[in-house]
Amino acid sequence: MSPPPTASQTVGPFFVIGCAWQDRNEIAPAGVSDERVTIKGRVYDGDGKPVSDALIEIWQANSQGKYAHPEDTQNKSIDPAFQGFGRIPTDDEGKFRFTTIKPGPAPGPDGKAQAPHLAVSVFARGLLKRLVSRIYFPDESANSADYALNLVDKGRRETLIAKKTSTLGTLEWNVILQGNGETVFFDV
Amino acid sequence: MGKIAGYRRPAPGTQPNYLHPAYVSSIKRAPSQPLVYLPHTITEITGPVFDRNIVDVKAFDLTKQHSGEPVGERIVVSGRVADDDGRPVRDTLLEIWQANAAGRYLHKRDQHDAPLDPNFSGSGHTMTDSEGRYRFVTIRPGAYPWGNHHNAWRPAHIHFSLFGPAFATRLITQMYFPGDPLMPFDPIFNSTADETSRTRLISQFDWDTTIPVHALGFRFDIVLGGREATPMEHK
Repeated sequence: MSPPPTASQTVGPFFVIGCAWQDRNEIAPAGVSDERVTIKGRVYDGDGKPVSDALIEIWQANSQGKYAHPEDTQNKSIDPAFQGFGRIPTDDEGKFRFTTIKPGPAPGPDGKAQAPHLAVSVFARGLLKRLVSRIYFPDESANSADYALNLVDKGRRETLIAKKTSTLGTLEWNVILQGNGETVFFDV
Repeated sequence: MGKIAGYRRPAPGTQPNYLHPAYVSSIKRAPSQPLVYLPHTITEITGPVFDRNIVDVKAFDLTKQHSGEPVGERIVVSGRVADDDGRPVRDTLLEIWQANAAGRYLHKRDQHDAPLDPNFSGSGHTMTDSEGRYRFVTIRPGAYPWGNHHNAWRPAHIHFSLFGPAFATRLITQMYFPGDPLMPFDPIFNSTADETSRTRLISQFDWDTTIPVHALGFRFDIVLGGREATPMEHK
């Protein structure tokens, strides 16, 4: 038995130096057919101030609900151009924005498919370890039976569901690190 | 899909809490609600896979990214990435970033009054080999002041980012240097309650990787979460 996992430490304010080479706000590159959706949002601290030194990472399945990973053995097609990874630093106003495709339903426990979702990691100065959340889609009938959503108190579930905006094809999902309307974060 | 096994969770105290008041920036950024425990689904046991061909083979050597040599003490930082069963974590991406020898980052928001080095950017990456090993050549970063409390100085450190095999194994940490007198005063280093876990963030001087008349070697082994033995039903 080895020692336990190495302790996490904050990403600090200067992560762009080491991470920018893999920044990716177009998760579905040209060549991936399927309708694009843009997700925009802001990261806020416990005083409601924007967090301008946060890093958002996205992990998602393709439109079939299959992950580009050797342990996803579903008999569904993989698009070689679609890795499913996004990395977006927040800007000076705490904003982030990325474009992707809506993932299909991935398998879930109890034999039920999970509702379409994106897995999210949030890193920032002041966060000694990452925060994990999920983005679900509005008007999605599968949300009501989703495994992870049903682990969350009803009153807080809406923090995980992106909201429609006045622009067709653009959704909004904000990260409230602390306080009123605090985003649900998962222990993974 | 049949049954899948999740990844083990860290033992209490071996990871920092979100709220660590001595680290002032955590006070308004730590969540106030308890996290929701999520048994791992296929989303968490998979994660981004990076092709070896994205790796710039020169990116492991931070001393050779410009026309001249950076100022500072050349060092070799190497080690092994394993899971907590001791199995090597192969072909996983490691990214590092750090201040220069004077304690200054190449970043617009770093206001420390210390010189930038035109021959040092402080950014590197590599991929572990088939035995989980990695190796960087760089210069020893300097300590630098920060605004956390009166006369606060960060001990010299290198930031490490690793993916591991799954979304669940993602880790960002910092590596410290043995004998640094600033560590006992640093709230970030001290944010992990368990002393053994804290101490493992300190690299060890290593004769075996020290290059004669060229560079001192430091060893920094990294452990990611291992696999649960009992799979759960997942269709």
